[in-house]
Amino acid sequence: MSYYFTIIGTRDNPLFELDFGTSKIGGDGIARFRDEAKHMNQFIVHAALDMVEEAQWATKELYLRRVDTFQNNHIHCFLTGGNVKFMLLMNPDPAATTYSAYQTTSPPSRPATARQSTTMLAANPTSQQTEDAVRQFMFEVYESWVKCIMNPFYQVNQVVTSPIFRGRVATAAKKYL
Amino acid sequence: MPAPTTATATATTNNNPPTPLDFKESDTIPLPPPKPFQPSLRHPASRKSIYDRALSRPPSSTSLPAFAHLFNTLITYHHAKSASVSEIEGRLNRAGYPIGIKMLDLLLYRQGGKAVRPTRLLDLLQFVHGVLWRGLFGRAADALEQSTSKREEYMIVDNEPVVNTYISIPKEMSQLNCAAFVAGIIEGVCDASGFGTEGVSAHWGEGDEMWPGKTIFLLRFQEKVVEREEGIKAAGG
Repeated sequence: MSYYFTIIGTRDNPLFELDFGTSKIGGDGIARFRDEAKHMNQFIVHAALDMVEEAQWATKELYLRRVDTFQNNHIHCFLTGGNVKFMLLMNPDPAATTYSAYQTTSPPSRPATARQSTTMLAANPTSQQTEDAVRQFMFEVYESWVKCIMNPFYQVNQVVTSPIFRGRVATAAKKYL
Repeated sequence: MPAPTTATATATTNNNPPTPLDFKESDTIPLPPPKPFQPSLRHPASRKSIYDRALSRPPSSTSLPAFAHLFNTLITYHHAKSASVSEIEGRLNRAGYPIGIKMLDLLLYRQGGKAVRPTRLLDLLQFVHGVLWRGLFGRAADALEQSTSKREEYMIVDNEPVVNTYISIPKEMSQLNCAAFVAGIIEGVCDASGFGTEGVSAHWGEGDEMWPGKTIFLLRFQEKVVEREEGIKAAGG
């Protein structure tokens, strides 16, 4: 079970990136994406921005729920008032996800991971439990985000480099996901 | 056959890559190797960062004289740098713009779990008229009107803008309205929420005896915003 979280600015430019694993049910909080997933995640999230633009005028909610899926990846989005997108990609079993027909030599999925994933949030990404957890995570990140942009030296679409912000997001991830 | 051998030898010498510059003999000085990266982030003594501050409204509001002093400094600075009234207004507008972008998210955050993004033109105007005005000045604006002639123009009226409290305009600049700063804030809110404007400007509402300082903020939205609005309306949204 691995997550990839990114913040996208108003010009579809990435402002912040973080990948992490689950901390629930014995998870160690480390992302287990395969090597090729590193760039595929960015690609999949970028493709999901189209879905966000479709959804953003249909609902007044800040949290847009699950906007897109690809293979085994589920993308949830939170849209701030300033049109900045928080995108969370979750993948229950990254080792078993095929991105292309090309076979890569990756270590086989550990049976322990497979057994765990059935009880985890992303095993059932449409469930209310998952939506609630992601919603709480997003609102916690939103709080840090507002504090970040309240910095008078922060300008729109500037990349966020603060290690404290990174720490706050990681803490929220550990708490809810 | 000695001649060709010599020729080959000469050619080989000529093809040699040029010898690297010897810094000892030339008068150029090589750059020192780059210093190892040192993070320049500094923490205050209390170890508290901007992320430890609360976002909820402080119990006491900001002091008006302190604001008036800062605002006066801002106007003096821009007055000294500009040649015309419209340039001062433009500069004040740009000074307010980033505040609007930030205010939008701050106000949405303060609304808590029931916060909604303004997705319709009327929602946005009511947000500016009510929530934004209350957040900035502690009261709602006095009127919200739509232009009768142009469908993309809206007006927000403030009978007594608090930013103009201590400002007197010299006669030769009677057109200047320093609430252009507030107009910039409004423009920032509109732009950030996806309602692009052709500009928001502050005008004196003339001929009102009861409110001599009456100010009208004119919001001109882009054509595509109005078209999108009508598209949503047609789709029954």
